[in-house]
Amino acid sequence: MSDTHYLSMDLLRFTTAGSVDDGKSTLIGRLLYDSKAIFEDQLEAIERATEQRGEDHLNLSLLTDGLRAEREQGITIDVAYRYFATPKRKFIIADTPGHIQYTRNMVTGASTANLAIVLVDARKGVVEQTCRHSFIASLLRIPHLVICVNKMDLVDYKQEVFDEIVAKYSEFASRLEVPDIKFIPISALHGDNVVDKSEKMPWYKGGALLYTLETVYIGSDTNHVDARFPVQTVIRPNSDDYHDFRGFAGRIAGGVFKTGDDVVALPSGFSSKIKSIHGPDGEIAEAFTPMSAVITLEDEIDISRGDMIVKPNNQPQAGQDLEAMICWFSEKKIQPNGKYVLRHTTKDVKCVVKAIRYKVNINTLHKLENDLEIGMNDIGRIQIRTTSPLFFDPYKRNRNTGSLILVDEFTNATVGAGMIL
Amino acid sequence: MSSYNLTHLAQLEHEAIFVMREVAAQFERPALLFSGGKDSIVMVRLAQKAFAPAKFPFPLVHIDTGHNFPETIEFRDKLVKEVGARLVVRYVEDSIKAGRAVEEKGPNPSRNGLQTVTLLDAIAELRYDACLGGARRDEEKARAKERFFSHRDEFGQWDPKNQRPELWNLFNGRKHQGEHFRVFPLSNWTEMDVWQYIAREKLEIPSIYFSHVRDVVNRKGVLLANTDFITVMPGETVEKKRVRFRTVGDATCTGSVESDAATLAEIIQEVASARVTERGARADDKRSETAMEDRKKAGYF
Ligand SMILES: Nc1nc2c(ncn2[C@@H]2O[C@H](COP(=O)(O)OP(=O)(O)O)[C@@H](O)[C@H]2O)c(=O)[nH]1
Repeated sequence: MSDTHYLSMDLLRFTTAGSVDDGKSTLIGRLLYDSKAIFEDQLEAIERATEQRGEDHLNLSLLTDGLRAEREQGITIDVAYRYFATPKRKFIIADTPGHIQYTRNMVTGASTANLAIVLVDARKGVVEQTCRHSFIASLLRIPHLVICVNKMDLVDYKQEVFDEIVAKYSEFASRLEVPDIKFIPISALHGDNVVDKSEKMPWYKGGALLYTLETVYIGSDTNHVDARFPVQTVIRPNSDDYHDFRGFAGRIAGGVFKTGDDVVALPSGFSSKIKSIHGPDGEIAEAFTPMSAVITLEDEIDISRGDMIVKPNNQPQAGQDLEAMICWFSEKKIQPNGKYVLRHTTKDVKCVVKAIRYKVNINTLHKLENDLEIGMNDIGRIQIRTTSPLFFDPYKRNRNTGSLILVDEFTNATVGAGMIL
Repeated sequence: MSSYNLTHLAQLEHEAIFVMREVAAQFERPALLFSGGKDSIVMVRLAQKAFAPAKFPFPLVHIDTGHNFPETIEFRDKLVKEVGARLVVRYVEDSIKAGRAVEEKGPNPSRNGLQTVTLLDAIAELRYDACLGGARRDEEKARAKERFFSHRDEFGQWDPKNQRPELWNLFNGRKHQGEHFRVFPLSNWTEMDVWQYIAREKLEIPSIYFSHVRDVVNRKGVLLANTDFITVMPGETVEKKRVRFRTVGDATCTGSVESDAATLAEIIQEVASARVTERGARADDKRSETAMEDRKKAGYF
């Protein structure tokens, strides 16, 4: 390995889900330990804490359940982010707790994930939680799902058990829209098919989990077609050298922008051409998602935060009426006709919830059209009207321009996460 | 196959720049907390990139414990000059003199915890509504639960059980009068990422990060620099050792590690094979399992 191999590593964000005791902590612990991301002082600290609690097996959740309340109550309150790297990739794990605040945490972790690992206990097979986790992954449009059938050691590493679970899951998954689903038989405890391929399951022809994580192709997951540039802020140097410089800073939310491209600014509708694009290291010829860039235009047109620069022949939808799937995070239920602050890309507007269409039973995926009470950790479909037009794409097409959050006007808390239909 | 891929360092860089620009856009009086350590040096570089060719729109704020390594202060002043930033310094010493904070007793009285008083006073005095910090989630377990945009109530307190969920890239910086935010653009970076970035960017860092010979005292397994701020206790000996620092902070509690790493490449090698976290050498975190959480709840960095 060369000294500077890190200059060609890329990044994979994934989330892990499973019911309590399916072996999630054991699996993550093994990935972290084998990739040397757990350190001796951390290990010592959790050994001490495990002993104090009178438990016999090492409780790896203590590694990130660092908050006093979490330790006292033995629960995980919040998404914990963990990091490890191999020479090929850096990994960010959004580890979401299995029980309390489940929907909220998994939706949060899933919102930025490229991949989700769903754990299934080989002895129990596909259960209600498996469906729930998979549904949320699919709703949040995680492009890659890896179903790890764990505890294979307890079913004598039998192929029939694995095949049956694969068949059952595949039947259920035909109702989901996940482009890539892989199945791996593992034993997190003994390390079979986690980091190294297991010799106990010669019938399994695929790669071990870590190999899958290292090689899954994520380059085509982002939208490189519909050019979208939500403006964050305007950069105007106060110096003689850059007297006329007026750059629009933002993060490319979709597509590719090149110098010389014809563009149009929304909502004004004024058109211009891209004069220059500046990346972190100076001028560049093109910029793509998820780069942060500064764009200057040939013409002086009025653009400010919340506006969007796009291409004339490929414009987003524009409007004040939206249909969205919403995940609710507040104890106060969604109020029909309730008013909220809505944040979409870099724009804040006010909105009113015009209608609640249905609630989803997240275990069966049934639409409950007679139950319109959307409370904490519920998911449903709503209709929203905003005070001024938004420029958006369906979430399905673009996770950046199709997502929104709702904020309580009085407490300022983030109360909902929405995906535009 | 498309060529629209970014390396992990590039992705982290673009993310951090996005977060810094959100701060400039969402807040009226932001500041960048600057300790002179490697993370804040990386923060300054990112801030320069985020607003180029303009200057970054916030001052650097140093909460000075007075327990400094002279190399760090020299370095700080040089860097401030080079980037043309405005430096604001507030001293823990002044908080002690004014009776707002009380010096710890014992052989290595740390001013780490006292920084909270000085910091919150500075935020109130200078009316900062957002303070950018270089803390990372991989540093410590209470930090692992931090948001990019971390809300603080009017007493500067963090309520870890009641944090706003953070989805996609939509950061909610709305607040009431008197409240403020701490913002952590390096949330997703690890110690390794920071070193790799320093090497990639060829950033200068204070000399104490590199291997050097110095007088140290082994206090309960932590190799403390023998400075004027600590008292050598009976039974302890001062030894000359070849060491370097993995973090720089209050000299009374920041331990050094024995090391021969004299270049960035060697440091990266060393970090790759390290078996102890960088905060493992800090006496302030060894005080209890939840020492960091308790300090953070009260308003610490
Ligand atoms: N036999 C066997 N036991 C396992 C395996 N993976 C996890 N376990 C055990 O199952 C129990 C629950 O595992 P844990 O990782 O704490 O589950 P979590 O609640 O999903 O985090 C523990 O006693 C583990 O040792 C496995 O592959 N085989």
